[in-house]
Amino acid sequence: MSDGQAFFPQARFGQTLRRDHWWVQPLLTFLGLSAFIVYSTARAVHGKHFLVAGDDAQFLLSPFFSPLLFAHAPHNVHAWLGEFPGWMPQWVSPAFLILWAPAGFRFTCYYYRGAYYKAFWADPINCAVGEPRSSYLGEHSLPLIFQNIHRYFFYVAALFIGLLAHDAYLACWRTQGGVEHFGMSVGTLVLAINCLLLGGYTFGCHSARHLVGGGMDELSQAPGRHGCYNCVSSLNSRHMVWAWCSLFWVGFTDLYVWMCASGVWKDIRLF
Amino acid sequence: MGRVNFQIWRGTATGGFQEYATEITEGMVVLDAVHQIQAESANDLACRWNCKAGKCGSCSAEVNGHPRLMCMTRMDEVLKETPPGRAVTLRPMQAFVPVRDLVADVSWNFEVKKRIKPFRPRQPDAADGTWRMAQSDVDRVQEFRKCIECFLCQNVCHVLRDHRKHDEFIGPRFLVYAAALEMHPLDVEDRTDELRKAHGIGYCNITKCCTKVCPEHITITDNAIIPLKERVVDRHYDPFGSLWRWFHSTDKASGGPSS
Amino acid sequence: MAEFQTHEHDVLVIGAGGAGLRAAIEAAAGGVSVGLVCKSLLGKAHTVMAEGGLAAALANVDERDSWKVHFADTMRGGQYLNNPRMAELHAQEAPGCVHELESWGALFDRTRDGRILQRNFGGHAYPRLAHVGDRTGLEMIRTLQDHGIHQGIDVHMECTVVELLKDGSRVVGALAYDRERGRFRIFRAKAIVLATGGIGRAFKITSNSWEYTGDGQSLAYHAGADLMDMEFIQFHPTGMVWPPSVRGILVTEGVRGEGGVLKNSLGERFMFNDIPEPYRKSTSDTPEEGWRYVTGDKNARRPPELLTRDHVARCIRREVREGRGSPHGGVYLDIAWIKERIANAPDHIRKKLPSMYHQFMQLANIDITAEPMEVGPTTHYTMGGVRVNGDTQMSTVPGLFAAGEVAAGLHGANRLGGNSLSDLLVFGKRAGAHAAQYAKAHGSGAIDIHAVDTAAQKALAPLDRTGGESPYQIQQDLQEMMQAKVGIVRQESELQEALVELDKLKARAAKASAPGNREYNPGWHTALDLTCLLTVSEISARAALERKESRGAHTRDDFPDKVAEWGKFNLVFRRGTDGGMVVERTPLVPLRDELKQVIEEHK
Repeated sequence: MSDGQAFFPQARFGQTLRRDHWWVQPLLTFLGLSAFIVYSTARAVHGKHFLVAGDDAQFLLSPFFSPLLFAHAPHNVHAWLGEFPGWMPQWVSPAFLILWAPAGFRFTCYYYRGAYYKAFWADPINCAVGEPRSSYLGEHSLPLIFQNIHRYFFYVAALFIGLLAHDAYLACWRTQGGVEHFGMSVGTLVLAINCLLLGGYTFGCHSARHLVGGGMDELSQAPGRHGCYNCVSSLNSRHMVWAWCSLFWVGFTDLYVWMCASGVWKDIRLF
Repeated sequence: MGRVNFQIWRGTATGGFQEYATEITEGMVVLDAVHQIQAESANDLACRWNCKAGKCGSCSAEVNGHPRLMCMTRMDEVLKETPPGRAVTLRPMQAFVPVRDLVADVSWNFEVKKRIKPFRPRQPDAADGTWRMAQSDVDRVQEFRKCIECFLCQNVCHVLRDHRKHDEFIGPRFLVYAAALEMHPLDVEDRTDELRKAHGIGYCNITKCCTKVCPEHITITDNAIIPLKERVVDRHYDPFGSLWRWFHSTDKASGGPSS
Repeated sequence: MAEFQTHEHDVLVIGAGGAGLRAAIEAAAGGVSVGLVCKSLLGKAHTVMAEGGLAAALANVDERDSWKVHFADTMRGGQYLNNPRMAELHAQEAPGCVHELESWGALFDRTRDGRILQRNFGGHAYPRLAHVGDRTGLEMIRTLQDHGIHQGIDVHMECTVVELLKDGSRVVGALAYDRERGRFRIFRAKAIVLATGGIGRAFKITSNSWEYTGDGQSLAYHAGADLMDMEFIQFHPTGMVWPPSVRGILVTEGVRGEGGVLKNSLGERFMFNDIPEPYRKSTSDTPEEGWRYVTGDKNARRPPELLTRDHVARCIRREVREGRGSPHGGVYLDIAWIKERIANAPDHIRKKLPSMYHQFMQLANIDITAEPMEVGPTTHYTMGGVRVNGDTQMSTVPGLFAAGEVAAGLHGANRLGGNSLSDLLVFGKRAGAHAAQYAKAHGSGAIDIHAVDTAAQKALAPLDRTGGESPYQIQQDLQEMMQAKVGIVRQESELQEALVELDKLKARAAKASAPGNREYNPGWHTALDLTCLLTVSEISARAALERKESRGAHTRDDFPDKVAEWGKFNLVFRRGTDGGMVVERTPLVPLRDELKQVIEEHK
């Protein structure tokens, strides 16, 4: 650096010469993510009306509660772990046992990290705008060094896409007089779109991109992986869009099932 | 477009803004305005520039608070974002020690580059000493090699700009540089350990400001930094992956997998 | 002496573009200590602006290519005024230099089988230009820079040399000032390599960066070296013409190499109307054939848009003069039309010409995939410069070497596109190697402190003077005068006027004053650049006046034809013992018989 010369003083929080509405973007992120966190937590605690099943109805399971862990009265359907165990406190919602996985995936997601560091931690609040703190650790040391486990969450999230696809498949059936019929309703489409959007988000993950081929320098030597890499890259280039659309839709899917299960809305049958 | 007012930073860190006015005509860029002011009213106004065609990356500065190349920023665009009656502000990059007026001391960047292990090619592929590479593999690295070293990404990166981690973090420009070397089809050097420690890749918290200011439209964060972070994860933060790759590696003698 | 910081190197390289960096790397490899001085930051030199490619007969795309064809093409392009030894070495050594660049990390575009891809360019018989999209120069300088920083070279950035220091007949150092603080520095060296580029900033419309003020030519001239071929200044046919502030910025020949066509306001492809005799056999006569050529048909002949630059520039000038120009005084260059021929034309154009696409989009609001560009000639390259030995690149002053654009000889009366980048590598390397050799064979000379003091006083004069004229104004007037009177087409009366004007400008420059202090003061820097600009402008004007014929890049309205007699010598300028300018007609470097035969075979 120049001899005897000094840096400019550090900008104060919010100090900038930018003339645009730089605060809009972090504010929208803050509101969007907060709204989802509040809604999903509330729904998890609520723990009811997440399943539509029974005679003459499409089988619809809310993604917040998928897979179906415990048998759910009054429906007599197959659950992974059978009856709700007596030793478990009643306030434990099955969603608690499920939501940590997608939440962890999104929390460690490269897109969301950048977004919530800005919106929730003002680090920085936006580009070329002053910050509230002068100390900084980044993801270089504890605690945020744990963000590096993202790929493990990806593995789990990828399994969930399989489960949600299965849910969408189940939603293509309804029981009429004890006989299963193929058919679709708006609910079927809602679940299918949910699976599609979450799939687009999950398989466009930066870690996935690395794992399928990004780690290689000469992909042309492995045509199969090259093809996968191109697909993932193409999803990845719109990762933010997938992230927000899938986030909104998974919330909406839950809401749809909730409303149908509680009888507020009626699932419209298509055929 | 008529006469336009400018607030231009004069002096060093302890300097201040001074007001100038000059006539703006169709097609002018910010650098034209600076040159005109230089010729008309401030002969000694310091400003670094070379090609005036967006290819050399010398005229980096902050126009209305946005890090930009002055030669590629059109005055009509700038005026659109400047409220009527207000002046267009010009100041030097903030992440470096200022030299004078619009010139910043960017020599730190040149020192950083020397710390990164240089290119080391594999043995030539053909008897005549040449190599064979597929265009698709070259494409990925060519994106990074578009970099004109304007250092706008370094300037906007809050790790350097606000937190002054110049000693611990090499900044987006040199992460792109390291990515170009690491992903080079011929390169056999390994820089993963340095990236984690000496180069401080973990300081990047992927807020993507670097990508937004890049005049060459290099997707710095998604294509260079995150893939490098993933390579660091491969080596240091993925025990199961390491084990898996070790079992599947043909050369177990090398002691562990590397990409 | 106390006030001067002194640096000592075996070899001092002035200029850090392609030639300077290559020379420094080679000198360092020769085991001597090397200093590299550059006016800008490292890696910002004008080489970054080279777009089209790097000519080397690799024969990757067309196996008929060889150094002999490249040599013959270079000589024909230069109208046989070239130094044949340089043209020969250049053609022979360029492929090796390209491979060397690759081994240092350069990533050229590839052929299907993974070798270096080559593209067509004006005047080259076969696809010969190794390239990286349209940013080949950037790739080259970055590769050299990134390799160079690990070779133990001392780089002095933002440092301008104002005078070469001599001990007797030999150069032994240089006086420079650092731009940041304005402090003088003495560089002691056993050998000096000039690699400072051209003189384009002497003209108003130019594709050259501000650094191109003819420093090397001027330093060499004042140190007593010969300058040669200074009348040959290349005007690139396609520079931007609108908006005014970007006038002159280069539009790469690659646009035409990819199928771009030139049209006048009548929509006519006027280049078909005037194909010079020597090229008639190798030029297509239908648009159809031209298109087949640019798409790689080896049996097709080149479209007339790819004729040599001097010719295309003159044709454009003619169209504009005769009222068939575009609204802003240029002609149309259309690449968008290829959508009639290929399916994904816009993507193809963006991929092949990315910086052109952005340049027009950003600076002129024009989408080149949809509409034609407006283009016109722009000052581009100086064929002339310091006269050097073809093998060693040493000038007529012992210990003073020159490489790249600042040196004369390789290109003769006109340069082929793509030959400049290869020139930088081949002769940068040679200059570096021979400078190192020279430094090893000779001891340090003595620095004449009196000369240093005088030079420093002279350099400080504009700062000390008050109330003088602004150096910016003088520079601007010089550029306008040179553009008008020593431009693309010259004539006796205008050149005479130019010399008178130059005298006046010199007198004004001697009284110019730069307000402010020594720290990063561009007004002062401009005042110092004026000395160089005025020297090279005068030599160019005198040379243009002297050469009473039209040949290559030099066109005289009053002598429109090529004259055989004038093809036998080069014009050489040097400073006489009385300080005046001496001009001399020096016979061409003789052409060896086997080279004569090569030329005959590839006529």
